[in-house]
Amino acid sequence: MTPDAASQGSAVRRQGPSRLNTFLATVLPPLIFGFFIIGFWYAISYGVLEADRRFLLQPPHKVWQKGFADWDNFSELLDGLRSSAKVAALGLSISIGLGMTLAVIMSQAKSIERALFPYMVTLQAIPILAIVPLIGFWFGFGFKSRVVVAVIISLFPIIVNTLFGLQSAERGIHDLFTLHHASRLTRLRKLTFPNALPAIFAGLRISAGLSVIGAIVGDFFFGQGDIGVGQLLRRYANFLQGEQLLAAVIMSSLMGVVVFLAFGWLQDKVTGKWYEHGGQDV
Amino acid sequence: MADLGTTPSPTLSFNSISMVFPDGTEAVQDVSFSVDRGEFVTVVGPSGCGKSTLLKMASGLLEPTGGSVDIDRENLGYVFQDATLLQWRTVQQNVELLAELHSVDKAERRRMSKEAIDLVGLTGFENHYPKSLSGGMKMRVSLARSLTRKPPVFLFDEPFGAVDEITREHLNEETLALFQKEGFAGLFITHSISEAVFMSTRVLVMSARPGKIIAEFEVPFEYPRSPDLRFHADFAHLSGEISASLRGAHV
Repeated sequence: MTPDAASQGSAVRRQGPSRLNTFLATVLPPLIFGFFIIGFWYAISYGVLEADRRFLLQPPHKVWQKGFADWDNFSELLDGLRSSAKVAALGLSISIGLGMTLAVIMSQAKSIERALFPYMVTLQAIPILAIVPLIGFWFGFGFKSRVVVAVIISLFPIIVNTLFGLQSAERGIHDLFTLHHASRLTRLRKLTFPNALPAIFAGLRISAGLSVIGAIVGDFFFGQGDIGVGQLLRRYANFLQGEQLLAAVIMSSLMGVVVFLAFGWLQDKVTGKWYEHGGQDV
Repeated sequence: MADLGTTPSPTLSFNSISMVFPDGTEAVQDVSFSVDRGEFVTVVGPSGCGKSTLLKMASGLLEPTGGSVDIDRENLGYVFQDATLLQWRTVQQNVELLAELHSVDKAERRRMSKEAIDLVGLTGFENHYPKSLSGGMKMRVSLARSLTRKPPVFLFDEPFGAVDEITREHLNEETLALFQKEGFAGLFITHSISEAVFMSTRVLVMSARPGKIIAEFEVPFEYPRSPDLRFHADFAHLSGEISASLRGAHV
């Protein structure tokens, strides 16, 4: 009847010099690799490319000077990011609402799942480029269509992961709920939904990143109204502004990373206390 | 067994039940026996002989294809092979689950769960999540969860198969202590003969498919049973007899 002492307070004991070591072991490898990338980048910019073709890959410091340190350029980029972030956030919210609702409906009966699932797969398989004209006809060439693209791109992982999570509760626990006459709603609220949370978050993290991509792709095709990152990328490319182009690429991937980390943090807040990651503590 | 006058019919009785699955597998064939309050009956048999099917039919999770079961299904304890805990709930919240499903108010739930947690010796672990508990402790939480309903019948479906032997023996002793304190009718499924003999007032041996009761043994030992009983000559003798009849079941 002794408690598992090992599982308690293990976080507390991790102190002293080992903590610094852990920190270094985590930070050093990617840092060193980062330097390699920058070195390689310089080697291409100055070693491989002739001066008149250097616009193809501007060296890091010039990207920094023109793309980030020049406030006019950088604030324009930030405005674009803000616009695209709005599209991504709205698109993701719609995906979450729609995707989870569809998954819950499909989880209620095998026949509904069989009826809907092929169409979900089809929707996910459509190359976005192929339906760009249609989306334009139906939703115009501005904000609405950008959101639609973000939704189409980010919807599928939410549906699939939520559905998988809802269906992954142990048979025995279902039997227990059956024995005690739990209604469908009770079963959903107290069993299948909380049980699905880890899987839902796994889907959310993927979809959050995809919604950012969707917003930028959407902006690329549907540029009316606010200027988002997609429009900026298009313009920088047209005017051969390599430095700004790279700055925009870096900033938009940074945005994707931030969103990914934010959802990871949220996941840890919600399920971290109880969820067992395949046995071992992380 | 106490006063027979107050219990006109047995708490649980199987009346020549049979189970044939849709694929044609005959799992259980014409089984009849009953378990009363104060009795602890164990069914032993080779794996896949339909022992668990018996419990599923008793609880109503499966409808028998023949015969009938008399039991009050509104209140029965069912202990599964796994602890079947909700991992996002603390020990206390897990123990309160059944009361919650039956809309018992919060204060009463607290009181019931506290009592049950106390009974299984987990006081102090109320706020732990299942992931920080050992296998044996999880099974105790599972027991406590059923105890909150004070069921007159307890069905045990090979509940301690997944824990190590020492933990299993402890859990056996604790389950017996609960049995004595609560006086429920116990129906226990296992494939361990020593577990069967140690726990039960009666041991039934089931044959391989189709499952039939082929032998019945009364276990004469007094309760409370001490752990040393396992090394008693009579215990070994009875275990030997059951083992012999089980070997016959394996044809």
